[in-house]
Amino acid sequence: MPKLPKLPAPPLPAALQEPPPRPGEGNGTAGPLESAKEAGTTVVDWVDERTSLSGAGRWLMFRKVPKGTNWFYTLGSATMFAFLSQAVTGVFLAMYYRPDPSGGAYESIRYVTNDVFLGQFVRGMHKWGSSVMVVLVFLHMGRTFFFGAYKYPRELNWVIGVVLLILTMVMSFTGYLLPFDQRAYWATIVGVNINGLGPLVGPYLSDFLRAGPEFGATTLSRFYAIHMLLIPGALVALIGAHLYLVAKLGTTAPPWIKAEQNPELRKADA
Amino acid sequence: MAVPDKHTQHKSKYTADRGIPGAFEGETVTRRRFMTGTAHTAGAIAAGAFTLPALGFAIGPIFKEPPHFWEDIGSTTDFTAENYTPVVITITQGIGEAGKSTAYVRKFNPAIDTDPYDRNTPYIAISTRCAHLGCPVRWVDAAERFICPCHGGVYNLLGQPVGGPPVRPLDRFPTRLTGDRVQLYSGRFSVNSELKRFSPRDPGEPLDGIGQYLYPSRPSAQK
Repeated sequence: MPKLPKLPAPPLPAALQEPPPRPGEGNGTAGPLESAKEAGTTVVDWVDERTSLSGAGRWLMFRKVPKGTNWFYTLGSATMFAFLSQAVTGVFLAMYYRPDPSGGAYESIRYVTNDVFLGQFVRGMHKWGSSVMVVLVFLHMGRTFFFGAYKYPRELNWVIGVVLLILTMVMSFTGYLLPFDQRAYWATIVGVNINGLGPLVGPYLSDFLRAGPEFGATTLSRFYAIHMLLIPGALVALIGAHLYLVAKLGTTAPPWIKAEQNPELRKADA
Repeated sequence: MAVPDKHTQHKSKYTADRGIPGAFEGETVTRRRFMTGTAHTAGAIAAGAFTLPALGFAIGPIFKEPPHFWEDIGSTTDFTAENYTPVVITITQGIGEAGKSTAYVRKFNPAIDTDPYDRNTPYIAISTRCAHLGCPVRWVDAAERFICPCHGGVYNLLGQPVGGPPVRPLDRFPTRLTGDRVQLYSGRFSVNSELKRFSPRDPGEPLDGIGQYLYPSRPSAQK
């Protein structure tokens, strides 16, 4: 690693400047001030000595990127931050939400929106953030498609990405029922019936989603569990796999960047 | 002397031939293989012990039919043979308003109800669940049509589709007469375009031709 340039010393007369520490000064017994100064490094060293995490961190964060990398390459990170925002706001909404179909669910949402401090804001972030996430997923997918970044050896990452897209849609679908107003109820009825149109398995899938042949007592809690436990777990795991493959395989150059040819090598080849 | 390549050397499957200490006559499974197999089996049993019950718990409702019941919807004087009267019914108990639905009821009319199955029902009770995707249809008296607000499904007096996307007639409920009270059974049934009865199907699932086989009857919704 090249040495970083040092900041210039403050323009103090030599007599006022602190003498630089000498090697061996203090004979191994650092003063409290020095210990405090070194605390951060000490803690990081302690953890790193026992986990070797710094190597993994450097491997993940300090990668070489191809020439021509531009703002379109930030759409994946943007999607991930949209997901993190959904996760954090969702956890806090879960502190107030009650999946009770006989009135409690709607009442708890009304309470969050009208009475809880910043409740409308946090719920708004979750509600609008879901649309933002879906839009970002599609933009990210379009970038990958038009830049040809799905080609060998990145096909598996495309497949994982498609699964992530489907899971995002399942999140949108299951989350839509939770406010439990008229729009939520009828949209879910229609959505479950669209699911049921798959031949042979469709009717059983609908029964699974509703926990029975009709919209029943446990349909709402089932949607709630799918929305906040089942799919988020799968999303986190697959985002991890997606990121691992990005770091492992590297990113592609945009299609308009031509590969640089070394004329010397070309001569040797002939 | 050539060094024998270990890959071309034939290795006996008997532990005794391979000089493994403690080998039995005719024994082929080494201790290492036995222990590996035991550990894998134990792991699979432990994982299955919590996975299978949890999975059965989650998909159990697919195989269970919820309880149905007769409910009172009014007296004989509340309904006519010429026009529909809406009644609010409960299709799922215990969840308040979310478990309610609407049915349109009229008296059996021999002039229009020519289907032989309808002869047993004193009152015709039509479900408001649209046969397209399940939105609530409304009886429009002036047009003498059931009209769905969501995607424009239109049905005639018998509940047969006459316009829009629906694939089969509106579902119906069994009815009975107890004294002068009309009662409705919460378990609906579906009908095909000839008003032949089938076990209840979800909206959007056709019952004519191969439809009844592509969208089979489920254990959770029997006739």
